[in-house]
Amino acid sequence: MRQLPWVSLGIILAMVFVAVFAPVLTAHSPINQTLSDKLIPPFWEDGGTTKYILGTDIFGRDVLTRMFYGARVSLIVTALALLVGGGIGLLIGIVSGYVGGRLDSVLMRFVDAAIAFPAILFALLLAVTMGQGLRTLIIAISVLLWAGFARVVRGEVLALKQRDFVALAKVHGCSPARIMATHILPNVLNTFMVLVTLHVGIVIVAEASLSFLGAGIPPPTPSWGLMVAEGRGKIASAWWLSLIPGIAITLVVLAFNLFGDWLRDRLDPKLRQL
Amino acid sequence: MRRFILQRLLQGVVLVVMVATIVFFLGRLTGNPADMILPEDASEEDRQEMIKTLGLDGPLHVQFFIFMKNALQGDLGLSIRYRQPASEIFFSRLPNTLKLVPVAMLIAILMAIPLGILSALRRGSITDRVSGTIAVLGIATPNFWLGILLIYIFSVQLGWLPSARMGGFSHYVLPTITLGTFLVAGFMRLIRSSMLEILDSEFVKLARIKGLSEWVVVWKHCLRNALIPVLTLWGVFMGGLVTGAIVTETVFAWPGIGRLTYEAVIFRDFPLLQAVIIMDAVLVLFINLLVDILYAYIDPRIRFS
Repeated sequence: MRQLPWVSLGIILAMVFVAVFAPVLTAHSPINQTLSDKLIPPFWEDGGTTKYILGTDIFGRDVLTRMFYGARVSLIVTALALLVGGGIGLLIGIVSGYVGGRLDSVLMRFVDAAIAFPAILFALLLAVTMGQGLRTLIIAISVLLWAGFARVVRGEVLALKQRDFVALAKVHGCSPARIMATHILPNVLNTFMVLVTLHVGIVIVAEASLSFLGAGIPPPTPSWGLMVAEGRGKIASAWWLSLIPGIAITLVVLAFNLFGDWLRDRLDPKLRQL
Repeated sequence: MRRFILQRLLQGVVLVVMVATIVFFLGRLTGNPADMILPEDASEEDRQEMIKTLGLDGPLHVQFFIFMKNALQGDLGLSIRYRQPASEIFFSRLPNTLKLVPVAMLIAILMAIPLGILSALRRGSITDRVSGTIAVLGIATPNFWLGILLIYIFSVQLGWLPSARMGGFSHYVLPTITLGTFLVAGFMRLIRSSMLEILDSEFVKLARIKGLSEWVVVWKHCLRNALIPVLTLWGVFMGGLVTGAIVTETVFAWPGIGRLTYEAVIFRDFPLLQAVIIMDAVLVLFINLLVDILYAYIDPRIRFS
């Protein structure tokens, strides 16, 4: 058995920690501008100061502070999107797999269609028609997620419903809804948890990409993707604005992916193909 | 085989109609499209005028019918920002994307196949570990940031390569690497894992017993089978490719349809976005169809079932 990935776990816990305790950890505001202190480099560069450890942006806002609050945005979006998108996928996967027949083939057609169509386009469309914001972002990312969840869960359910305990429940006169809720659902939760962890990285990148494209959480709320986008034009003179948040995204996604791989090997090695 | 293609084609048409329907209703449900086209300080008279010219005064199903009829004739409305037919702008930008994306894909495939095979053949070797690490990093690094990082290293610091716009060969280097990395990582991992499975299978053992050279076994017997999962999971890559193209073209100011999509979003140019999305859907489905045909060609089980 592979060892628990301590480094990954450490990165994940650090992210959660700074997100939760952001107001305690820093004296600066993530939004208020201090124009006299604009574009100060990180403390180890010439002209840097330990007052702003990772430097300041074009409005004189502390980069580190915005990173802390940005971690908050990332985690909230990720948790909600996985809950909604993953939840819908779980539900559809169970119903489709258990009920079978025509309903199953219709639902799976929708799954195929959703997977064949790039969800980013839908997300951008939503941002323009509904306006930017948390709600739009959650819907957009859920659309990206549900189909993959539904497909895997359905496959699992197809195997489960052949098992004796399901047949026994039927003989006992359990209704299909009851069987799905009390016998099928608990048995696919392991797979669901693994899917959730494996998708955290995807959601974080999706949120950052949408923010980068001007379709995520609107400014001035800090988001890592938005910070990369805002710093892009200043890459020649103020590298830290874009590069530091990007390093954070990469590290966190890497950590979640490695942790997800570990969890999968531990709970549900069948899913290795994913 | 013909039935298979026709069936897929029909599915594609249904999907495009679905996409167009969703685009239409999202545009209507969230307010009057006239308000998205007109400037905020437009007078009520202008507004009514616009509603009339756009045919927005009729009942919804009539509007939908007109929208679909126009769309079928290639009329997807006028871009607000460019004051030109949206489909014309799309087609003027399309060639630039077609110069970028296939190059990136080709590079990705040419890198992923040998690396994937080598990692599988020499499991646990340094090659395997290095390419494994690159794959894990490549998947975790967001495209848009990788592009900026490359610009910082190769354009700002070293001054070797241009950081934006189209041009000669040197302009292609950074965008294709940016777009290709994600694909290389994904393809490589898939090819490696399926190669490992296949190398262990009965027919490979038989081929070896027959005394075929290792070269023939690997490249002829294994590779064909190892490519199947890449095609099966194509949908996932397609999503990444479209996102990658939008982001990469945005970072490198590449005047293709990805950059056009971004412009439509930031300028809130709804008619343009609507057109771009419908045209993108057609394009994506066309590519998916080609992949399906390739799939059936490589794997006879699909063709005859």
